Amino acid sequence: MTPIQIEPFKIYKNGPKLEWIKKTGLGIFLTGVIFLLVSLTGTAMIMPNLFLFLSFGLSIIGAVVYALPVIWEAPAGIKNNKIFFNSFTSRGTIAWIAGIIITAFYFFLYWFPSFIENWIRLVDPLSYLLRGEKADRWFLYGTFYTLAVLFMGLKMIIKYRHNRYHIIRTLSVMFFQLSFSYLIPALLIMLNKPEHYFSYFWPLKYQYLFPNDIHYLTHTAGALGYFMVFWGAAMTFIAVPVLSYFFGKRWYCSWVCGCGGLAETAGDPFRHLSDKSLKSWKIERWSIHSVLVFVVVTTALLWINSASDGKILGSLSQTFSSVYGFLIGAVFSGIVGVGFYPLMGSRIWCRFGCPLAATLGFFQRFKSKFRITTNGGQCISCGNCSTYCEMGIDVRAYAQRKQNIIRSSCVGCGVCAAVCPRGVLRLENGPEEGRYNVVLDDELVQTSN
Amino acid sequence: MQHLVIIGNGITGVTTARHVRKLSDMKITIISSETKYFFSRTALMYAYMGHMRFKEIKPYEDWFWTKNNIELIYAHVNSIDTDNKTLQLNNGSSIIYDKLVISTGSKTNKFGWQGQDLPGVQGLYNWQDVELLEENTKNISHAVIVGGGLIGIELAEMLHSRKIHVTFLVREDLYWSNILPKEDSILISRHIIEHGFDLNFGVQLKKIKAGENGRVKSIITDKDEEIECQLVGLTPGVHPNIEMVKSSKVETGRGILVNDYLETNVPDVYAAGDCVEFKEREPGRFRFEQLWYTGRMHGEAIAQTICGKRTKYERGVWFNSAKFLDIEYQTYGFVSAKLREGETNFYWEHKSGKKAVRFVYKNDDHSLVGMNTYGIRYRHELFEKWINNKKTIEFVLEHLPQANFDPEFFEKHEEEIAEEFNRQNPAANLKLKSKRGLKNLLSKELI
Repeated sequence: MTPIQIEPFKIYKNGPKLEWIKKTGLGIFLTGVIFLLVSLTGTAMIMPNLFLFLSFGLSIIGAVVYALPVIWEAPAGIKNNKIFFNSFTSRGTIAWIAGIIITAFYFFLYWFPSFIENWIRLVDPLSYLLRGEKADRWFLYGTFYTLAVLFMGLKMIIKYRHNRYHIIRTLSVMFFQLSFSYLIPALLIMLNKPEHYFSYFWPLKYQYLFPNDIHYLTHTAGALGYFMVFWGAAMTFIAVPVLSYFFGKRWYCSWVCGCGGLAETAGDPFRHLSDKSLKSWKIERWSIHSVLVFVVVTTALLWINSASDGKILGSLSQTFSSVYGFLIGAVFSGIVGVGFYPLMGSRIWCRFGCPLAATLGFFQRFKSKFRITTNGGQCISCGNCSTYCEMGIDVRAYAQRKQNIIRSSCVGCGVCAAVCPRGVLRLENGPEEGRYNVVLDDELVQTSN
Repeated sequence: MQHLVIIGNGITGVTTARHVRKLSDMKITIISSETKYFFSRTALMYAYMGHMRFKEIKPYEDWFWTKNNIELIYAHVNSIDTDNKTLQLNNGSSIIYDKLVISTGSKTNKFGWQGQDLPGVQGLYNWQDVELLEENTKNISHAVIVGGGLIGIELAEMLHSRKIHVTFLVREDLYWSNILPKEDSILISRHIIEHGFDLNFGVQLKKIKAGENGRVKSIITDKDEEIECQLVGLTPGVHPNIEMVKSSKVETGRGILVNDYLETNVPDVYAAGDCVEFKEREPGRFRFEQLWYTGRMHGEAIAQTICGKRTKYERGVWFNSAKFLDIEYQTYGFVSAKLREGETNFYWEHKSGKKAVRFVYKNDDHSLVGMNTYGIRYRHELFEKWINNKKTIEFVLEHLPQANFDPEFFEKHEEEIAEEFNRQNPAANLKLKSKRGLKNLLSKELI
């Protein structure tokens, strides 16, 4: 027997050289982080531009140097190797340290900004450039946030370079974060207009339909203010039902939204940490719908109050508003939502708290063309789909009995379909008829609707 | 109340239990000495690679079994006494059954190689193998895998994830060439080489040598070449695991002999899954079916019979799937390594060399017999209908976009495939007649 000669295109040798480059990248990144911490002390103010480079600059360069060699390591494909062995991605010590640092940052950002005053001063040059005025804590936060989405987005694109759905989707969240949530609000300030985020709307950005905000916008910004109010209301009442009907809630949650954008980029290494148990699904439904009720009641009270000039409710509506802002707006969406990424996964806020996700979910569940279809009997029950579902959906429970996956929480990120080793799952928009293909010959399952 | 006892908690045993529970309230007990809880055997590789843990590869949460009143016993069955309908367990207890299902799965083949039982030599089949592999691969740098099949490539990928260099010994002239046609084999072989594995064709294992510590030190090939290694993975296929059955009155050959109803020669004793051997099979059917899918379908059929509706196991249109490193593979219908009498075929390969489709069809009426697809996902149900309804290759290619199951925005190749068919068959003038999507999938014209 004479063996047939095969000419490979290229042979990947995952040698020590690549490891060395990656370690160098990590080293540069950590040096940047150390300089960032040093900047807190005020030493940075001696040479602000130099420190801006040493902290932000080195972190960015390090992150890129660390992320790029993946391309030369192995051919493109799903490589989730060692995710459950790595301390950072499997709730180890490093994950706890990261969680505590992020949580502490939010804590200082919301309630003790003076503690991070030197960081805010560090981004002054950038703020003058983009907004024409000195930085404040929210500009600092937006800068951190945007950098995280952009550079972790780059890492996401490298990881999924074989998958066009993920490349396009990740570019979309990067675009919306950079423009709608960072540059446009900055430009508005530069032009002396109210800072406004066109990619957020009620009930996620609850203030946008509060009487105070509407009054403020229409009275200070004239035609532009009216447009802003109109835009927000149109998104809430027209775009949400119409776009969700055609595409499911993914059009927003995993393509546009900034919270989703961070989860899909910076949160990607932690997506498997979401709890998949039936119990957590029960908690989720209570929790997210309670928040929705809370924000609806708060909004209604504020309008009653406004209509009656405060005669009926007195200070009650304002109390509701403050409590919601503190508990949900700050603690839940910020501290728990992002600070707990390394411990509970990347979509804690979206899954358990976001009232807009709940609203979009109603449409997705009851009036939409979107579903995830399963490919015949090909499922091998391996569990990759469920494991890598950031929303904690037990996708496998559906796939192994050939049932379409229609869940109000599904953000349509498409990772389940990407990690499936047998090509069983496909995100599809199609006729509503036959969308719920309840499989009657197998009732013994963990799911219930 | 009737007592159904199932030996083995793999996909076959568990599917049987679930379907019986749906149809009946009889007492159900599953015995396994592998793990207490059911896990997905096909996902063993992911547990070793760190994609998942044992928790994630369990398809049902632990409360599921109590809730559905299915008792799980973690023990080994030592012997089966069919006269008294009694099982002896290794924990000293015995269990009386009314109906018995034996679904004990497979064991790794060993062909009597010298040194095949040395420490550091192992197969990959059950959870214990993964635990052993964890021990065997501590601080090692080189492994040899013997056998170029589906488990071999999985083991290779697993070891590669731990940066262990893999040398692959394949008896055939190409990877899996006893199953795949030549071009298909080349495509996969090339991809394996691309990943940096040492792939050696036409080479067999002669013996395994031990070092001073008593562990594997090297192997000798049939070409008398010595290859240093600290691990030898044996993956030359599997055979039915029937040790405990041999001493009973249940008839065995290479496997537990069953008819098309999965009934053994002893009343109330059934066997299903990897461990069975079909007594009589029509030509073209396999006597052994050792796939995840067939195990599941055996379980579905047997559950009906146990609950009083005697049901013949029908395989239907054959299908299977696998993933060779990064290339997904699906097969529908029957594609053999060498074309059979009266068959012809059409092969298209993408310029990337990582995507391909092969269609086998009848010479006379052009009806589709089977297809292989690599790197492009196609709908199972549609191909099943096309093959059952004897659709022609021309019809299938013209409606191929409808069967595409790739994610949105992926590059589409169906036009190129049809053009290639026209090029290879100058008489043909195919034009695509449908688009991808769910909209027309239900239409009658399509099937």
